[in-house]
Amino acid sequence: MSLLPAPAKAVSPSRSRARRSALVGWGFAGPFAAVFALVFLAPIGYAFQLSLMRDRLIGGTSFVGADNYLRALSDPRFWEGSVRVGLFLLVQVPVMLGIALLVALAIDSGRLYGKAFFRVAVFLPYAVPAVVASLMWGFIYGTRFGLVGNLNEAFGLALPDPLSPSLVLASIGNVVTWEFVGYNTLIFYAALKVVPRSLYEAAAIDGAGEWRIVTAVKLPAIRSAVVIATIFSIIGSFQLFNEPNIMQNLAPNAITTDYTPNLYTYSLAFSGQQHNYAATIAIVMGVFTAVIAYAVQLRGMRKG
Amino acid sequence: MITDPTGRPADTRERTGHSGTDPGGATAGSPRPPVARPPHAAPRRRRRRAHTPLDPGPSVPLTLVTGLVLVYTLLPLVWLVINATKDQEDLLDSFGLWLGKDFQLWDNISRTLTYDDGAFVRWTLNTLLYVAAGAGGATVLAVLGGYALAVYEFPGRRAVFAVVIGAVAVPGTALAVPTFLMFSGMGLANTPWAVIIPSLVSPFGLYLMWVFTAQAVPSELLEAARIDGAGELRIFFRIALPLLAPGTVTVLLFSMVATWNNYFLPLIMIKDPDWYPLTLGLNAWSAQARTAGGEPVFDLIITGSLLTIAPIVIVFLLLQRHWQSGLAAGSVKE
Repeated sequence: MSLLPAPAKAVSPSRSRARRSALVGWGFAGPFAAVFALVFLAPIGYAFQLSLMRDRLIGGTSFVGADNYLRALSDPRFWEGSVRVGLFLLVQVPVMLGIALLVALAIDSGRLYGKAFFRVAVFLPYAVPAVVASLMWGFIYGTRFGLVGNLNEAFGLALPDPLSPSLVLASIGNVVTWEFVGYNTLIFYAALKVVPRSLYEAAAIDGAGEWRIVTAVKLPAIRSAVVIATIFSIIGSFQLFNEPNIMQNLAPNAITTDYTPNLYTYSLAFSGQQHNYAATIAIVMGVFTAVIAYAVQLRGMRKG
Repeated sequence: MITDPTGRPADTRERTGHSGTDPGGATAGSPRPPVARPPHAAPRRRRRRAHTPLDPGPSVPLTLVTGLVLVYTLLPLVWLVINATKDQEDLLDSFGLWLGKDFQLWDNISRTLTYDDGAFVRWTLNTLLYVAAGAGGATVLAVLGGYALAVYEFPGRRAVFAVVIGAVAVPGTALAVPTFLMFSGMGLANTPWAVIIPSLVSPFGLYLMWVFTAQAVPSELLEAARIDGAGELRIFFRIALPLLAPGTVTVLLFSMVATWNNYFLPLIMIKDPDWYPLTLGLNAWSAQARTAGGEPVFDLIITGSLLTIAPIVIVFLLLQRHWQSGLAAGSVKE
């Protein structure tokens, strides 16, 4: 899998020409690079610096080396949140990507009535802000005037409260799935569309049925799109913040301030004023995410 | 070329397949007499084996099964539209997927716009500012950067890409605390700049424009223009930019959505409700119900949510051809 598009082959007949090309290249790329350095690289560096310090009430800021990291690794509040997002990701990501893959294959098969409508409608939730999605689903979950309450009343059911502590993680998973199924469907569909039709013809002539074409031709052909979608979903899961943060208003007892590592970081930094420790947790999570994303990418490539 | 029983080439049948002329799917109410099915089983079976994988024609069961996902997708949106027509009393009393006693949509909208001295209007204007400056700027930077990476050979070109893609893996929240501290140090926290400047960088946009440029702008064309004596800026504006339009629209659209929907960044950067974007405002109304003595305004939250998503959904629907082709370009990697 090559992420790098081939550069347009610039024939450089002379050295001065190459120098000029480099200068013009940086001229075009410079503005992006400058802002990128300001809002990505500088904060990462600053976070690292913060993570090595500690603020004390008396004596000000002092260098503590790896102390904050050791504290993070033995912090049960951090670990509980990490295990929670780990569980979330093991269940939610396969469900979401599985549905997205099936819908993409269905649209691509050309066997749907109203294919164009499917393609657009399924994508719509992506345009909905996480705030609105969480509020909307939060109300729907509600036993007071939500659909769950309605159904209980209308049919005399006793559906469990989706906002109770035991179910709220699944309820958040549903919101996230709802938001991103369509986006992933479209990524897969776009990848399917560029698979040369002649491959299907060849397979059909060899006697392959529809299902066999899916498993033997289509899925391998879009493997890199699936790997990339998986990596981005994993990163998204580890960053879980918006949905639980907003649904906290509706389920304050179920969603604690350390429900996910990011919520924990946020509350440490902005309610607890523990900037150094918050930066440490953030870095640990960043490294964690990068390692897992990298492992998935390697594994995804090996099979290909 | 493989043809179907009617003798048309396979690929033209795909286009006509939805208009009810397909022999396999007799469409209800079609003025055309249904095409007679082959009288013998044998040719039918052969037809299925030979043509199904390439040219199957629409299927009712598959549409129904996929339709379940569509219902799941649309149900909350339908719920939102229906409940935006109810007052608070109806919200509590009536069934969620049916209209209440009174149709209150217009009243709800006017109350949403005027509540709390027109805070919603103020938030909408703020959001528009963040979108125009943030997403507009992000698109400009991504187009320039992607073009540079695709067209010029310069030292550090690969490093730029590696760093940018690596940066995507860094959780936004990991950057939030240090970014906030940096920006407060510079006196930018709690100002619109704190939202706009970080929005200017879109690694995904840069990547998409790179791939798109590599495909859409042939190097021979640029070479020819250089030989004719055109300067690099002139080449970019007169030759490349028009070719890049579909990719640019896609990047602009996705940056717009990202900025319009952004919650986390303004949440940490903006304390003053006068500078809230819509997302923070809606959440503030939601939090209000929880605070002691706060007035619950569920009807306004629901109507406000509808007003928040309406523009962006409309933009998506209007521009769907553009963003779909742009995304397709992004998925080409070989």
